[in-house]
Amino acid sequence: MKIKLFKQEIEGSSIRQIERSSGEVLKNCYQCGNCSGGCPVSYEMDLPPSQAIRFLQLGKVEEVKKANSMWLCVGCQQCFSRCPKSVSAANLFEALRQMSLRQGKDHREIRDLPVSFLEKAPQQAIVCGFRKLVS
Amino acid sequence: MARIGVFICQCGNNIESTVDTKSVSEEMEKVPGVVFSCNYKFMCSSPGQEMLKEAIKKHKLDGVVVSACSPHMHEKTFRKACESAGLNPYRCEIANIREQCSWVHHDKTKKTGTVKSNDLTRMTIERLKRNRPLKKINIPVNKRALVIGGGIAGIQAALDIAEGGREVILVEKEPSIGGNMARLSETFPTMDCSQCILTPKMVEAELHERIKIYTYSEVEGLDGYIGNFTVRIRKKAKYVDEELCTGCGECIEKCPFKASSEFELGLNKRKVIYTPFPQAVPNIPVIDAPNCTMIQKGKCGVCAKVCGPKAIDFEQTDEIVEEKVGAVVVATGYELMPNERFGEYGYGRIKDVINGLQFERLASSSGPTGGEIRRPSDGKVPESVVFIQCVGSRDEAKGVSYCSKICCMYTAKHTMLYKHKVHEGQAYVFYMDIRAGGKRYEEFTRRAIEDEGAMYLRGRVSRVYERGGKVVVQGADTLSASQVEIEADMVVLATAIVSRTGADTLAQRLGIGYDRYRFYNEYHPKLRPVETVNAGIYLAGACVGPMDIPESVSMGSAAASKVLALFSADEMAREPIVAGVDKTRCNACWDCLVACPYSAIEKEEVKNRQGETVRWNARVNEGVCQGCGVCVAACRSKVIDLAGYTDEQVYAAISAF
Repeated sequence: MKIKLFKQEIEGSSIRQIERSSGEVLKNCYQCGNCSGGCPVSYEMDLPPSQAIRFLQLGKVEEVKKANSMWLCVGCQQCFSRCPKSVSAANLFEALRQMSLRQGKDHREIRDLPVSFLEKAPQQAIVCGFRKLVS
Repeated sequence: MARIGVFICQCGNNIESTVDTKSVSEEMEKVPGVVFSCNYKFMCSSPGQEMLKEAIKKHKLDGVVVSACSPHMHEKTFRKACESAGLNPYRCEIANIREQCSWVHHDKTKKTGTVKSNDLTRMTIERLKRNRPLKKINIPVNKRALVIGGGIAGIQAALDIAEGGREVILVEKEPSIGGNMARLSETFPTMDCSQCILTPKMVEAELHERIKIYTYSEVEGLDGYIGNFTVRIRKKAKYVDEELCTGCGECIEKCPFKASSEFELGLNKRKVIYTPFPQAVPNIPVIDAPNCTMIQKGKCGVCAKVCGPKAIDFEQTDEIVEEKVGAVVVATGYELMPNERFGEYGYGRIKDVINGLQFERLASSSGPTGGEIRRPSDGKVPESVVFIQCVGSRDEAKGVSYCSKICCMYTAKHTMLYKHKVHEGQAYVFYMDIRAGGKRYEEFTRRAIEDEGAMYLRGRVSRVYERGGKVVVQGADTLSASQVEIEADMVVLATAIVSRTGADTLAQRLGIGYDRYRFYNEYHPKLRPVETVNAGIYLAGACVGPMDIPESVSMGSAAASKVLALFSADEMAREPIVAGVDKTRCNACWDCLVACPYSAIEKEEVKNRQGETVRWNARVNEGVCQGCGVCVAACRSKVIDLAGYTDEQVYAAISAF
């Protein structure tokens, strides 16, 4: 992949919004990779947590939004509990999800789901799923 | 008949596990001349040493063999113990049955180790029998020191030696002392202004009654040995009489010609008669002869006309002065690798690609832009600056294999200086690793990233080129596995730190060693870091390898303490294990002179009563000789012998095997 770097993006409004709603400071991450090492679902992610943070540091929000990572994050906060710089990738993913949903993308209505699915799916999965998918 | 005592050490289990020390002890009792023999758990312990002393007195021993570890470890200990028991210390010899026997044999039946220990001990006994008592050699010490290089390491060494009450001669190649540190704007990690902390030291050195400074001077040669060196110094012609000049600066102001400034690294011009920078010490200008029309063509002479005290002297020539000193501190510092060879970074071609020291000048309030960050091509304030680390460093193909050590830190500092001066600017740093080992160093680099917003990209830059008034940098960010392109206004290269041009020539003149990068070799990289193989010559600062200011200062002080320790006595005692020439039989072939790695062999004239030279022979300078024995092997007529290791002794040892 080839990317061009701009100050306007690195300190852009999307980045500021993500930092504000997640409460995290992107610059604090020094890319040790501990989050990706411990994440229970990182092997399925297009961008493991540390790389997702890296793209955010570079101001490339769209790259992260394109990836499936934020939807796979279960919010277990293992990344945060292990992080030597106290950065929570889970909080950042949450912020990204909120951002995406508020823009009307990936939004799901409960009533649109088939009843058969709701009957079959475990309760925990439904709670988790809706926590992520409804804004 | 000799009365020799033999002491076999078990060294806990180090020796005992593969050597039956009791049987060795019993075996040695049978050797003619041995009157006492024993084994003990730790000979080097105080009870062990006491036992040795008592045995010497009780059995009236005239020689001692200790079979134990390498003589490097405890030869001194046992010789001292012998001396305190009234025995000549050089009548004590060590047989190494640990490193050279028990540690390399794994035969648990102890057979191999015991047989070998017997042999080694017996050989040493035979060598000892033919050993003459030796006396330490006393050499008078000339208590003045020479410091080569007037950077921070040299200044620190000079000040410490002078404060210790000894005279110092400080030789500096440039017109002013100060070195590279004088060029820096601020220093990491405290952000002290470099000149503010350096210039008081420069002035202190200048005004110190025991420091004599030769600027614009170089060491041409060094003769002699520890305590008694003679140094030849070339004082290059300044064309200004140092006694008459008042440093008013009128000549500099009126000089109509300009040349590129070495101090500003080509970022600015200076007059042809100049001082490198305003706080120069001494504040005496020099004339740049190749660029002076008066000296070259006999036209101009404005400086001489305006000079009140008539200090300008176009007839001045280089002068050679000789100084006698007892010790030398080498502190010649470093320079940056000439980066024209890195074509991919456009250095030398693209004006807005500069090196780290040039950036220091741009950031310095006394620099060519008065401290404003302006790019060299058009003087514009750069909106973004790309810093590239490891340019030439850690690059075996085109540069040097080592890490230049300070670049990570000064680049972090540069990003801060830039941000402090250009608030809206964006700094990018390409790095391979951030090496911030040092007190408060890691915190400093994190500050650059977290508080000052420098964007660090992990990867090298492969291409730098110009496009529409911008400098385009193309590199990698391995953390995001991306190719990265940045349109920057200026690029700063953290180029490799290399030894000074001519460092090898100086090393050869001084007789000290240097590595493949022409950095000077320490005597021992860990335990004797400021000494060299040439006794009396010490090292300080970045001439040894890349290092930062605190390290250089520490090393300057360390070298000074070594010099002061040497100067603390009127005479210096040296080990008497030196070579000697049988002058009656020397045929003056000078093979020894060529072979000696320490230049300890001298040519000696033999004169008759009429004062005519009748013959020559070789002579060993006992002050310089390190007792390596190369001359003994080289001598064709077998007339050189090494005290403590004479041919007779060595043959006797071999015969006993």
